[in-house]
Amino acid sequence: MGEFKVHRVRFFNYVPSGIRCVAYNNQSNRLAVSRTDGTVEIYNLSANYFQEKFFPGHESRATEALCWAKGQRLFSAGLNGEIIEYDLQALDIKYSMDAFGGPIWSMAASPSGSQLLVGCEDGSVKLFQINPDKIQFERNFDRQKSRILSLSWHPSGTHIAAGSIDYISVFDIKSGSAVHKMLVDRQYMGVSKRKCIIWGVAFLSDGTVISVDSAGKVQFWDSATGTLVKTHLVANADVQSIAVSDQEDSFVVGTAEGTVFHFQLVSVTSNSSEKQWVRTKPFQHHTHDVRTVAHSPTALISGGTDTHLVIRPLMEKVEVKNYDAALRKITFPHRRLISCSKKRQLLLFQFSHHLDLWRLGSTVATGKHGDTLPLSKDADHLLQLKTKGPENIICSCVSPCGSWIAYSTASRFFLRRLNYEHDNLSLHRVSKMPACLRSAVQIMFSEDSTKLFVASNQGSLHILRLLEGSFKHLHTFQAQSGTVESMCLLAVSPDGNWLAASGTSAGVHVYSVKRLKLHCTVPAYNFPVTALAIAPKTNNLVIAHSDQQIFEYSIPDKQYTEWSRAIQKQGFHHHWLQRDTPITHIGFHPKRPAHILLHDAYMFCIIDKSLPLPNDKTLLYNPLPPTNESDVIRRRTAHAFKISKKYKPLLFMDLLDEGTLVAVERPLDDIIAQLPPPIKKKKFGT
Amino acid sequence: MAALEEEFTLSAVPLGAGPDGLLGVEQCDKTDQFLITDGGRTVILYKVSDQKPLGSWSVKQGQVITCPAVCNFQTGEYIVVHDSKVLRLWTNEDVNLDKVFKATLSAEVYRIHSIPGTEPLVLFKEGAVRGLEALLAEPQQKIETVISDEEVIKWTKFFMVFRHPALIFITEKHGNYFAYVQKFNSSVLSKYTLLLGQEENFVIQSFTASLDRKFISLLSLSSDGCIYETLIPIHPSDPEKNQQPRVVRSLLLKTVVSGNARNALSVLDQDHVAVLGPPLPASKECLSIWNTKFQTLQVSKELPQGTSGQLWYYGEHLFMLHGKILTVIPYKCEMSSLAGALGKLKHGQDSGTQTMPHFVNWETSQGYGLESKNSEPSKRILRRRTIEPSVQPEVPASQQLLSIIKKDSEKHIEIELRKFLATKRTPDFHTVIGDIAIGLLERCKTEPSFYPRNSLMQLIQMHVLSYSLCPGLMEVALEKTDIQMLQLCLQQFPDIPEAVTCACLKMFLSIGDDNLQEIDVNMESVSDYSDAVQDEKMEEQMGILQNGFNPEEDNCDNCDKELSKKPQKTVEETTSCPVIPKRAALLNAVLHSAYSESFLLPHLKDIPAQHITLFLQYLYFLYLKCNENATMTLPGIHPPTLNQIMDWICLLLDANFTVLVMIPEAKSLLLSLYKFVKSQICICSELNKIEVSFRELKKLNQEKNNRELYSIEVLELF
Repeated sequence: MGEFKVHRVRFFNYVPSGIRCVAYNNQSNRLAVSRTDGTVEIYNLSANYFQEKFFPGHESRATEALCWAKGQRLFSAGLNGEIIEYDLQALDIKYSMDAFGGPIWSMAASPSGSQLLVGCEDGSVKLFQINPDKIQFERNFDRQKSRILSLSWHPSGTHIAAGSIDYISVFDIKSGSAVHKMLVDRQYMGVSKRKCIIWGVAFLSDGTVISVDSAGKVQFWDSATGTLVKTHLVANADVQSIAVSDQEDSFVVGTAEGTVFHFQLVSVTSNSSEKQWVRTKPFQHHTHDVRTVAHSPTALISGGTDTHLVIRPLMEKVEVKNYDAALRKITFPHRRLISCSKKRQLLLFQFSHHLDLWRLGSTVATGKHGDTLPLSKDADHLLQLKTKGPENIICSCVSPCGSWIAYSTASRFFLRRLNYEHDNLSLHRVSKMPACLRSAVQIMFSEDSTKLFVASNQGSLHILRLLEGSFKHLHTFQAQSGTVESMCLLAVSPDGNWLAASGTSAGVHVYSVKRLKLHCTVPAYNFPVTALAIAPKTNNLVIAHSDQQIFEYSIPDKQYTEWSRAIQKQGFHHHWLQRDTPITHIGFHPKRPAHILLHDAYMFCIIDKSLPLPNDKTLLYNPLPPTNESDVIRRRTAHAFKISKKYKPLLFMDLLDEGTLVAVERPLDDIIAQLPPPIKKKKFGT
Repeated sequence: MAALEEEFTLSAVPLGAGPDGLLGVEQCDKTDQFLITDGGRTVILYKVSDQKPLGSWSVKQGQVITCPAVCNFQTGEYIVVHDSKVLRLWTNEDVNLDKVFKATLSAEVYRIHSIPGTEPLVLFKEGAVRGLEALLAEPQQKIETVISDEEVIKWTKFFMVFRHPALIFITEKHGNYFAYVQKFNSSVLSKYTLLLGQEENFVIQSFTASLDRKFISLLSLSSDGCIYETLIPIHPSDPEKNQQPRVVRSLLLKTVVSGNARNALSVLDQDHVAVLGPPLPASKECLSIWNTKFQTLQVSKELPQGTSGQLWYYGEHLFMLHGKILTVIPYKCEMSSLAGALGKLKHGQDSGTQTMPHFVNWETSQGYGLESKNSEPSKRILRRRTIEPSVQPEVPASQQLLSIIKKDSEKHIEIELRKFLATKRTPDFHTVIGDIAIGLLERCKTEPSFYPRNSLMQLIQMHVLSYSLCPGLMEVALEKTDIQMLQLCLQQFPDIPEAVTCACLKMFLSIGDDNLQEIDVNMESVSDYSDAVQDEKMEEQMGILQNGFNPEEDNCDNCDKELSKKPQKTVEETTSCPVIPKRAALLNAVLHSAYSESFLLPHLKDIPAQHITLFLQYLYFLYLKCNENATMTLPGIHPPTLNQIMDWICLLLDANFTVLVMIPEAKSLLLSLYKFVKSQICICSELNKIEVSFRELKKLNQEKNNRELYSIEVLELF
C-alpha cells in the first residue's frame, strides 16, 4: 500500500466542555445535551448515536435546564434568567425570553407538553403556556424562601414537586399554593452539614416523590401526607441527578463520585404483588460528578464534568443482543474542528473562543516502519485569533493556499487575509461582509482558493469570489422551497465545478458552480450524512453515513458508481459496521484516484478500490505486518480496506501530499489532566 | 397439562349392567354417537353431547348378547352377536332386532372389530379372523382353530398400520401370556410369548395398546399395581423361522393402583395413560391420568361409588361405569411444562416396598389440612404395626400421635414417635412435625413434670423444624436449662430471634464449669485448643507481624507502661483458651447463629459484665488463633469464621463499652484490643500514603511513555 511520513500532532489542546443537562425525547429517540459553555447538541439515538445538530454556546448563557415539550420543541433555561427555544430546522435560537426571576435553576415541561415551569433563584416557580410560536407567562406559584433547584410534574399534571434548599414543596397547579412542605434531614452520617440541597426530584403517578440531595441520600416521600417513607444512602457526596423511566419501574441517579445507581421496582417475593424500590446496579463509567442522567426505555444515559456522554443499555430491555447493546461513551464532537492548508502545511485548530494556526515541522531523514524521525524544524505556533464577544465559534476554515481564514459565530461572519513575508506573518481583516452573510454553519474554500462557499443557517448557500484582499459575492443558492433545513456539510470538487451540500435529513444536493444551478440530488438515505467529499478527476462524490455505510456517486453520470453498487451488493464487513464513531473526514490521494482515505476517532482507513472487497470471513484489521508470508499469500489475502489504529483518539487526518499524512490526536489522559480533580476516594481503611 | 373436566352421566335410567359391567362402548359412524352394549340384552345408541339416547334395541328374552355391538363404518349398519353364534345387522330405522338380518355362524365369536376406513372383522374364540363381507357371503364356512386347547383370548385390539388393518390379541394359558398379531395385507399371523419378568405370580388385569411407528406398544396393568410396557414389532423380523419370538415387558410406571381390585388401563396419547382403580387397597377407586414420560400423576378423580373396572377412551371422552351409571369424563391434554409435570409427585425413594404410598393430590390436601388422605399411608402402616384395634380407621396417624401425646407417658410417646418418624414422609411432613412439637410443648406447659426431652431431640434432628414452626421449644429448653437441646436448636434453626439467642448466650456463659462437664455437648466446632504445647508456639508467632498487629509493639505511649508491668500475664491470658472446650462449643454455636445487629444490641446489654469479659476474652483468643495461619481460619470441622469473630467483638464492645471501661478485669483485654485497632489504623494510613506515592510514580511513568507533542513518524500500511 505504501509508506507514509506521518506528522503526529498532539498539541491541539482541545478540552470538551462538561455536560450539564441531558434531555431524552422518546418520540423521536433523540437526546439533547447541553454543555457548561452553553452548547446544545442533538444526538439521534436511532442513527447510531450520531450528533446530528448543535447550537453554539455563548459565554453568558450557562444552561441549567433543558427540556422537550410538545411537538418536539426544545427549551433551555440558564443562569442569565432567560428561557430559550431552539429552532431545530434552521439550527438557530428561535427566541429567548426573560423569566424575571433571576437565574433559572430548573425547568420542566408538563406531561401534556403544553406548559412549562421554571424554578428561579428568587424562590419563585413560574408557569408558562407554550403557544405554537412562543411561550407566554401565565402566573407565579407561592414564592419559596430559597432557589428552586429541581422540579417535577405529577404525571396527571395536577401537582408538582419542587426541590429547594433543605425542603421539598408540593404545589397544586390549580391554586398555585404549596400543599406540603417536606423537610429534608441535614444530617449526613451523623455530622450536620450546613445545608441540604435538593438536586433532583421525581414525582411518580402513585404520589411518591423521590428526591436526591447533597447529603448523598435518595429519599422516597409520600406526597399525600408529606411524610418520609424510605431513605437510601447511596454516596458520601452529593447525589446530583435523577431520571425515572416512563413505566415508572426503574430510575437512575448520578452522584458526585461518578457513580450511577440503577433503582428498580422489584417484587418483594416472587409472584407477590407487593413491590419495593431496590438499588440494583451501580455503574462507574465517570471519574467526575455525574451532573445529569436520563432514562430511555432501553438505556441509562449519563453525563457530567468529565465530558463523556455515557449510554449504558439495560441488558434486560435489549431485545437483540447485538452490537447496539454495547456501552457507548461519546467524548468528541462528531464534526471537524481542524482544517488544513496542504500547500503551506498549516493546521487551523478551532476552539470555542479562539483559533490557533500552526505550521507543521519538517524532516529530511527517512526511516522504516515504526521509526520516529529527527526533526529538522519543529512545528510553529503562528497565530492565535481571538473572537470578540461572548459567542462561540461555529465553524472555521483555512484556505488550501493558506492565505485566507474564515470563521463564523452565531451572529457574525469573519474573513481574514494572511500575508507571509519570509517568516513574518501579517493579518488583515476583510471588512464589509455582505448583509446576507450573517452567520455560517459550514465554510469551504475551493481547491485553488479563489472561491469561498458558505452554508448559512437559513438553508441557503453563498458563493464568494476571493480577490487579493477583497471579495465579491457571486451567487446564492436558496434553500429548496418549503425547507429551511441548514446544510451542515459541504464538499467542493477539486476542479471547482461542483458543490455538494447536505443537511441532516434530506439527501445530498449537488450544484453546478459553473452554471449556478442545482445539478442533481443524491437519493435520501435513512441515516444522516457524517462526511462528504468529491474525488479529483472522476468527480465521484463519496458519502459516509452514520450507520457506517459509504456510497460513491458519480456526479457527471448522476448515478452510483459500479464500485458503490458492488460494495452495497456484497455488504460491508461486520467489523466495519460495528464501529462506534462516525467517519468525520474523507480525503483522496492526489496521485492515486482509486484510493480513498477515511477516518473516525479510533482508526483511519485507506480504501483501495482496485482490490477485492473483504467478506466476513477475512480479517478486516490485521495490526501485525505480514512476516514470512510469501507474496502470493499476501496478494491473496489483501483486500480493499487498509486500516491503521495506531493513532487514537484521532480528531483529524488528511493527506498533505502523496507520501505525507497529518494526524491530529487528542489523548484522553491530556483531557483528564486539564479537568478539576475528582472527589478523592479512600482505597484503604474506611 | 392433562386435565379432566366435569363429568356427566349418560343414562337417565340405570343400565341393566350385570356384575361384569358393560359389554362395551363403541364408536359410531357419526361423531359424538356411541353404541353401548350392556351385559344383558340391550344396545343403546347415545349422543354424548346431548346426553340422551337416540335409539335402543333389545334381543328377545332368553337370548343374550355376547359381544358388544359395533358400527360398520362403510355401510352405517350396526352389528351385534347374540348367543355367541348369531350375527345381527340393522340400521337406525329398524325397531325390532328380531326382524333384522340374521346370520348364524359355525363357530363362536369372540369380538367384532370395526374401525373407520376398513370393513369390520370378526374374531372367533378359537383365534381365527374373518372379514365381515366374506363371512356374510358364506356364514356356515368352516372356521379353523388357531390357538391351542386351553388358551383363552383375554384382550384384543384392531389397528390400522399404514393403511393396512392389523389385529392383536392376547391369550392366556396356565398363567402364560401370548400375543398374536394378524396382519391382513400379508395374512401373516405372528405369535409372541409375553415374558413377564420377575413378577410372574402376578395376574395381568388390563391391557391397552397404541401404535408407535414400527411397534405396537402394549401396556399391561398387573395385579401388583404396576404398568408394564411391551413392544411388539409390527413387521416380524424373520417370519420364516418357526421359533416363537419372545417379547419382554419392561416396567413403565410403578404402583399406580393397588392390585386387588378390578383395575383398568387405557392409553390416551403418546405420553399419557388413564388408570382406573383404587390407589390404595382401602381407598376408593380413582381415575388417574399419568404422564409416562415424566412418571408423574397429572390429575386424579375419585369415584366413590365404585366402578366395574372397565374403561373406554374415544376421542376426548373417557367412559366408565360409576356405580350403576355410565359416566363420561371429558379429558384434555394441553402442552405441559416440565415444572407442571413435576409438581405433582415427589418420587418415593424406597424402591422395593410394595406399600409405597401413592401420589398426593394438592387440591384435596389443602382443604383438609392434616386430616387429608395424605397421611393415610402412614396410618395404614401404623395400624398394621401397633396392635390397637380400637383406633377408628379414618383418623390419620399424626392425629393419633397427637392424642397419644395428650395423655400417655413419655416413654410411650417416644416409642410412638419413633414409629411415626420411621414411616414415609409426606409433603406436609414439616407441618406435621411442627404440630407434634407444639403438642408436646403444650403438654409441657400444662404439666410441669412432663418434659419429653428425647422426643423433642428426635424431632429437632429431623432437620425440618424451625423456630417459627414451634415457637415455644427454645423457651422451654431455656427454662429447663437443657444446654444440649439449645445447642442443637442453635445449629438447626435458621430463624431464632435475637432475644432468644442472647438468652442462650447468657446461659452458656453463666453455667458453672462442673455442671457443664456432665452435659453431653456436640464438640465438632471446637478443635483441640489444648494449651500446653501451643503456648510456646504462640510466643513464637508473636514475633511475626500478623496483619500488622503486634501486641508488644512499643508505639503505644501511656498504655505501654501499664502493660509492661505485667506483660507476661497478658500473653498468658490471650494464648490459653479462657473457657473449657464444652463452653467453647456452645459459644461457637451462638457465633454461628444468624442475627441482625440492631436487634441484638439491646439484649447484649443485659449480660453481666464479667460474662461479657469472658466472652470477649474467648473471642480475642479465637482471633489470635485465626492469626496463626495465613488463611485466617480456625482448625476444626465447622469453626467460627474470622468475620463472625470480629463482628461479635464489635457488637460486644458497642453494647457494653461503658461497663467494660469501669471494671478492672477487662482493662488488659481492652488495652490489647485498643492496641490492635491502633495498629490497624496505622496500616491503613500507611497504605494510603503508599497509594499516593504509587499514583505519583504512575504519573511519572505515564509522562515518560507519553511521546512529545509533535513528531514525524514513518508508517507503512500493509
